[in-house]
Amino acid sequence: LSDFTPQATFDIKKCDVHRLEAGPPVKAELTREQGLQYYRTMQMVRRMELKADQLYKQKIIRGFCHLYDGQEACAAGIEAAINPSDHLITAYRAHGYTYTRGVSVREILAELTGRIGGVAKGKGGSMHMYAPHFYGGNGIVGAQVPLGAGIALACQYQGNNQICVALYGDGAANQGQLFESFNMAALWKLPCVFICENNKYGMGTSVERASASTDYYKRGDFIPGLRVDGMDVLCVREAARFAADHCRAGKGPIIMELQTYRYHGHSMSDPGVSYRTREEIQEVRSKSDPISLLKERLLSNNMASVEELKEIDIQIRKEVEEAAQFATSDPEPPLEELCNHIFSNNPPLEVRGTNPWSKLKSIS
Amino acid sequence: MAASLRCFLRSGKRAVLVAVRRGFHSSSPAAVQVTVRDALNQAMDEELERDERVFLLGEEVAQYDGAYKVSRGLWKKYGDKRIIDTPISEMGFAGIAVGAAMAGLRPICEFMTFNFSMQAIDQVINSAAKTYYMSAGLQSVPIVFRGPNGASAGVAAQHSQCFAAVFLENELMYGVPFEVSDESQSKDFTIPIGKAKVERQSHITLVSHSRFVGHCLDAAAVLAKEGVDCEVINLRTIRPMDVECIEGSVMKTNHLVTVEGGWPQFGVGAEICARIMEPAFNFLDAPVTRVTGVDIPMPYAKILEENSLPQVKDIIFSVKKTLNV
Repeated sequence: LSDFTPQATFDIKKCDVHRLEAGPPVKAELTREQGLQYYRTMQMVRRMELKADQLYKQKIIRGFCHLYDGQEACAAGIEAAINPSDHLITAYRAHGYTYTRGVSVREILAELTGRIGGVAKGKGGSMHMYAPHFYGGNGIVGAQVPLGAGIALACQYQGNNQICVALYGDGAANQGQLFESFNMAALWKLPCVFICENNKYGMGTSVERASASTDYYKRGDFIPGLRVDGMDVLCVREAARFAADHCRAGKGPIIMELQTYRYHGHSMSDPGVSYRTREEIQEVRSKSDPISLLKERLLSNNMASVEELKEIDIQIRKEVEEAAQFATSDPEPPLEELCNHIFSNNPPLEVRGTNPWSKLKSIS
Repeated sequence: MAASLRCFLRSGKRAVLVAVRRGFHSSSPAAVQVTVRDALNQAMDEELERDERVFLLGEEVAQYDGAYKVSRGLWKKYGDKRIIDTPISEMGFAGIAVGAAMAGLRPICEFMTFNFSMQAIDQVINSAAKTYYMSAGLQSVPIVFRGPNGASAGVAAQHSQCFAAVFLENELMYGVPFEVSDESQSKDFTIPIGKAKVERQSHITLVSHSRFVGHCLDAAAVLAKEGVDCEVINLRTIRPMDVECIEGSVMKTNHLVTVEGGWPQFGVGAEICARIMEPAFNFLDAPVTRVTGVDIPMPYAKILEENSLPQVKDIIFSVKKTLNV
C-alpha cells in the first residue's frame, strides 16, 4: 500500500489553439488518489451505460436512450476541473454528466425505468434529469447552449465567481442559436465555457457531411478556442481548468472542442454501423479507450495494482447491479403525480382530464 | 394517405394543414396491405418520379434512409441532387426550402419531429404560409412540410395558415398496415384536401383525426355490441375543415363527441364546438363533448403517459355520458 507511487507527472497531448497566445500545460500531475477517483468515475459511468443498454433491450427502459460509453473522459475530466458550485448543462447524451454532477446511479436508472424513485419521479426520463447546478439533459438539439449562456449571465450578475459549462455536439455546432449565444457571450464577457463534444457523427451524418468547417474549436470566430484530446481524462482536465481560469479572470467566453467517440449508435434504436465500420469502432476501443488509457498509466507508474483495480471493478458492478434491482422493482409514480408541478408556488388547481367529467388535481 | 400527400404536392398554390391518418376503409375489395410508412414512401417516390422539380430535404433523409425509415431507398434511387441530407439547422433549411419553392421547385421539407419544427416556425408561417396572400397571388410557395407529430402535439404544428401544406404524421403509426383498394394503388390516385371521411354510420357522431381515429373505431366496435351505433368521421384535413360533413352527421345523430391527442384549450375539438354551433345548434340534444389529451406536458413514466392521452375507455365513457345512457 505504501509501496505505491503517490504522485506522478504525465506528458499530455498539446492542444491546438485559436486566438490564444498559449494553451493548457503539456504536463499533468496526478496523485494516486485522483487516479483512483477518475478511474472509479469513468468505470461507473461505463457500467451504468452498459446496464442501461441491457435494460433497454429487455424493454424495461423505453423511449429515447442515448448512451455515453466511450466518452467518459470528457465528463470525468471536466468535473475534475470545476467546482461543485459551478454550473453545467448538456444535451440529451446526459447520463454521464448526471452522475458526475452528483445524482446516484440508483436515481438515474430508476428515472430511466420511469419509477417514483427516479431523480425526476419518473416524469422526465432519459433526457430530463436535474440536480443542483446541473440543468439537464435537453432534448432539442442546440437549445441548451443559449440556456448555458444565460446561466453564465446569472453568475456574472450575481458576482459569485462561478462559471457555466455549456456542452453540445458536432451536430449541434451548426445550429444558428449557437452563434447567437457566442455573440452575446463575447459581447457581454459572460463566464461561459462552450464545449463541443465532437464524436464525429451527428446521428448518422459524419462531420464532413454536415459542416463546411470541422474545426469546431474555431467556430466561435472571435472567441478563443482549444482543441483537446477527449479520450485522455488528464488532457480534458487540464484544458477545462485552463478554460475555467480564463472565464473567472473576466476574459469572457472560451470554446473547447473535445475529440471523442461513442461506442454505441446515436441512440438505442440506431445500431451505429450503417454509417461507420465495425473496424473503426474496434480500433478506437483497442487504441484509445479512456478507461484503459488511465489504467495503463496507473499500472505502469505503480500508482495502483491490478488486484486493486479489479476490486474496484467488482464493487462498481455490484453497485450498478443493486441500482438496477432498485430501478426494476421500485413502483411507477402514482396517478396523483400526473398533474403536479405545472406551476410553481401556486395554490392547488384543477386540471381537465381526458374528458369534461374528469377533474384532476394539480399541486405545485 | 399517400393519395393526400400526392395531392399536396400537385396542388401547387393551394395548401392546407392536414392531419395524416387513416385510411383506406374502402368498400371495394382490398387487394393489398400497405403500412403507413410505405404509403408515404410510395407517394414521395411517385412524385419524385413524376416531377423533377420535387426534391426532399431534411435530417438523415438520404443516407440514413430517414430517421423513421420513411424515405428508405429514395436516395439510392434519386441521388444527392433530389434527396438532401441537411445539417441540424431547422430554421436555416426550412428557409432554404421555402426559397427554393418560391423560385419554382417543389420541395418536401421534413422535420424529424414536429417538436423541432418549432425552431423554424417563423419560416413556415411568415415565409411559406402567408406569402401567396401578401403578394396577392404573385408569389406562390408550393412546399410540403412533413414529419411525425408526436403525442405531445406541438402547438405550433397545428397552426398553419393557407398555402403551405403541413403534413402531420404519427410516428407510432408508421408500421401499421392498412388494406388499400386496387384503385388507390394507381400513381394518379389522389384524394381531395379538405374532405373528411365517414368511417361508419349513426346514434352519435365521433369526429377525430390521426391516430385517434383508430381508437374511435375500437370504441365504436365495443359500443355497437351494446346497441350504440357511432358514426366515425376522420377529418383528414384540419384546415380547411370539412364542417359540412360534421354538420350533416350531427343533423342525423344529434350528438357529437370530438377526440384528439392534443390539449383541450384552443384545440381542434374546441374549434369544432365553436363551428358546429353556428349551423347546428338546434340539432344538438346535448353539449358537444371533447375528449382530449390531459392539459399537462407529456410525462415519461409509462403509466403516466398512458393516462395523459385518450384511451378507448375514455371515448366509450364520454359517448355514454353524452347520450345519457
